[in-house]
Amino acid sequence: MSIAQTAAAIAVMAVVTFLTRALPFFLFDRGGKPPRVVLYLGKYLPAGVIAMLIVYCLKGVGFESPGQWLPSLLACGAVVGLHLWKRNNMLSIMGGTIFYMVLVQVVF
Amino acid sequence: MNRKTFAAAFPYTVPVLMGYLSIGIVFGWMMSAAGYVPLWSALMSMTIYAGSGQYLGVSLLSSAAPLADVALLTLIINFRHLVYGLSMLEKFRGMGARKWYMMFSLTDETYALLAGVEPPEGVKSRDFYFAIALLDQLYWIAGSVIGAVAGALITINTQGIDFAMTALFLVIAVEQWQSASRHLPVFLGTGGTLVCLLVMGAENGQFLIPALGILVLGLLLLRPYLEREEEQA
Repeated sequence: MSIAQTAAAIAVMAVVTFLTRALPFFLFDRGGKPPRVVLYLGKYLPAGVIAMLIVYCLKGVGFESPGQWLPSLLACGAVVGLHLWKRNNMLSIMGGTIFYMVLVQVVF
Repeated sequence: MNRKTFAAAFPYTVPVLMGYLSIGIVFGWMMSAAGYVPLWSALMSMTIYAGSGQYLGVSLLSSAAPLADVALLTLIINFRHLVYGLSMLEKFRGMGARKWYMMFSLTDETYALLAGVEPPEGVKSRDFYFAIALLDQLYWIAGSVIGAVAGALITINTQGIDFAMTALFLVIAVEQWQSASRHLPVFLGTGGTLVCLLVMGAENGQFLIPALGILVLGLLLLRPYLEREEEQA
């Protein structure tokens, strides 16, 4: 991408991100109460969206040979295991990523 | 607004300092691995300022995704922020021009801090909140720049570093799973997205758009069920 295209994409991300954060203030700051359905979605949507994004991250995984899917599976297991064990974001993310890099670069 | 306010706010932000430095370093490193000079990482962390959003941003930039896709995917990933604002309406009231910055900087971590802390004796609450928000973003920018510069200087094989995005979302998912009483939304999100992926293919991530539709529709249809369970719990 050209510099202008990159800058445009970053600008779009910045504006949309700001809007998602500011919208509640624009809509409900004058004392209006958010509708119950908004609160309901706000409570249950985030978990579903994160699940969607995990599928998005793994969309490139192939199934023709074990080398295409086994590293992802093992590394995902490592992240979840590390996190259940130590509950340390930094350790889980860095540990899992380094493990994955070793798997795809050296093992498979 | 003075040094005393920042000194009072700093101890509360130390956990975010550790988290943002490390996640920011990985972000900057991924940007360098994707071929972007450190200035781009700094620019993104100053203007977008979103952990998972920027991780996704690396993948959007390097795949040269169309702007409409960039907008939609950013909207999807930041949807959860809509909820944060609702519980900050009271806290940010009367902050004047600084309120714009408070809205802009309402990340997961800053939200969590602001929701849980009260200013110590002798510190104005609005100054205190502003100091927390500002310190957090400085950590994020610092982490991104350190990572980007390190990634540009140190040449190691970075194949596979993009797995950090998967790892970040998995960590968020584990946290959510353990604090949630109902897991149906997770299955709805996973199942619907897998179906859309199989039908539409992986290209550009456009399958996420109908997947979000399925998730929202499914949640609306299941509302009587989920809310009844809630009352019984």
